[in-house]
Order: sequence, then C-alpha cells, then structure tokens
Amino acid sequence: MKDQKKKNTKKNTNRNIYFIIILIYFIFVFYAYIFGIPSGIEIGNNLISFLSYMIKILPCAFILIGLFEVWVPREKVERHLGYEGGFRGYIWGIILAGTMGGGLLVALPVSSALYHKGARLSVIFTFLGASAIVRIPMTLFEASFLGFEFTAIRWLVSIPLIVLTSIFLEKYLVKQNFSIK
Amino acid sequence: MWFFYVTGILLFLSFLSDRSKTKKALLIAYQRFIFISPSFLVMLIFVSILLFIFPQEKIIMYLNYGKYMVNIILAALVGSVTIMPGFVAFPLAGILKNSGISYTIIAAFTTTLMMVGTLTFPIEAAYFGKKVTLIRNAVSFVIALIVALLIGIYFGEVII
Repeated sequence: MKDQKKKNTKKNTNRNIYFIIILIYFIFVFYAYIFGIPSGIEIGNNLISFLSYMIKILPCAFILIGLFEVWVPREKVERHLGYEGGFRGYIWGIILAGTMGGGLLVALPVSSALYHKGARLSVIFTFLGASAIVRIPMTLFEASFLGFEFTAIRWLVSIPLIVLTSIFLEKYLVKQNFSIK
Repeated sequence: MWFFYVTGILLFLSFLSDRSKTKKALLIAYQRFIFISPSFLVMLIFVSILLFIFPQEKIIMYLNYGKYMVNIILAALVGSVTIMPGFVAFPLAGILKNSGISYTIIAAFTTTLMMVGTLTFPIEAAYFGKKVTLIRNAVSFVIALIVALLIGIYFGEVII
C-alpha cells in the first residue's frame, strides 16, 4: 500500500518535470518565432519536421497494436513466442522484427503487447534487439551504400550475440519478478 | 506509405467482421498512445535542440583524426547519443566512406546509432524500467563495438 503510494508520487513528479520541460520549450520557441530569433526558429523547425514524420507512422502503429491485442489469441503467441516455442521462438522474434517498420519507437509498444499476450522475456529482448539491426528496408539501404559484406558481417556477429544476451537477461530478470508495463 | 494502406485495410476488415472488437482495438490504441506521448514529446524536444547544437555530419568528419582506438569509441558514443532515420544515416555513411573514413569507424557509428538509444531512454524506461533499459543499452553498446572491431578485422583495417 505504502509502496504503491510512493510509486504514484514518483510517477507524478516525473510527469511534472516533463510538463515543465514542454512548457518552457514551447514558450521559448513561440517567442523565437515572434521576434525572429534564428536559433529558436531552427529548433522549432526541427521539432515540426520530426513531429510530422512521427505522426505519419505512430497512429498506424498503435492501431495495428490494438488490432493485434483484440484478434490474436493468447495461445498462439504462447505457442510460438512463449516457453513452449523453444528455439524457434527466437527465429520468429527476429523475423517479426525484420519485417516491421518504425524502429524502436514502434518496437517498444509491440514488445509490451507481446509480453501481455504471453511471449517470454528472452524472445522479447531478441525481438527488440533485432528490430534495431535486421529491419529489411533499412538493411537494403545499408547494403547499397556500404556493400553487402559490411551488412553480412554485422548480421552474423550481432544476431547470435543478441540472442545470447537476451537469454542471460531473462535468466537474471525472472528471479526478480520483473514485468513490462 | 504501404504501412498506412495495410493499417487501413486491416482496420476495415476488422470493422466488417466485428464492430465491438474493432471499437475495443481503437480504444486500446488510444490508451497506449496517451500512455507514451509525454515521454515521446520530451524526446523530440531534446532531439530538436541537440540537432541544432551538434550537426552530426560535421562531428563525424572530425573522427578521422587522432588515435584510432579513441576514434572508434568516440564514433560509438556519437552514434549512441544521436537519433537519425536510416534514410539519412546510410547515405551519410556512404559519403563518409567515399571521403576516406574507415569501415571500422563507420560501423561503430551506424551500429550504435541503430542499437543504442540514449534519447529514447525515457520511452524505453516507461515500459521496461530504468535498470533494465540501462542494462540493455550497455549490452548493445558492447555488441556494437564487437561488430565494429570484427568489421575492421575483415576489411584489414584493424590488425591483431
């Protein structure tokens, strides 16, 4: 009970800090636009370009997550990505990561959704790590600029390391009652 | 753009087969979005300021001078604190390659860029907690360094 209360106040201070940062920032950028301060305008333009890029991707990503939660039965996730999945779970995790768009910012809410549907932690960490390194469109881009060999070595080295560290991380966290929000 | 169409088609199919389920899906989507949006906005604010202070294209150019091992670590650090979409990062990497920067340094930069997220820390921590986020990113940093070194060995830049 006390713990819960402590957690809530902590969460609130976090929210307040965020709120203050956001407020100061927007006041600054607002003044910059009015008085024509070049640095502030450039910062504001940076934000606008990011926001417009994100707004194209994020709503779709969250809608897909919502559809996933409603339509995909828990048993299916457990069978392929859970403890019953065995080693193939990691391969599924990597394939899922490779074919998904949007990078970490999409992969994070997806991992949370997978977790609540019964995927095991090591598969989730593999998925998360893989989403950073094996995304197919990005990889094609990389190979075209840096050469096929460069990409091949990167895959061959990083994928086994990610699976391995994910397994260790799970072993460590299972003892600690860890859960994903 | 295909992402947009796929979402639209799936949403439409879902709506045709079960209205209440689709409504629930949209509600879930909304709640999840609200949960993460403050951290998200703060991250974008930091990125917008950081990109103004350090234009990355310039920083990485300087990485070609000085001690080699130090440069690899520096490139990895720059990659860790930067956020750049792939369609910007890889053409940049191509330019760097053509201007004579070694594969090792480029690998250290692009691999940490993809794997280590300093600016996305608050978002990841919202899901996984601070400790796990820290562990995961530290591990990713080490993996990225290993990748860079092995790429260097393969291309004959790092001699054992």
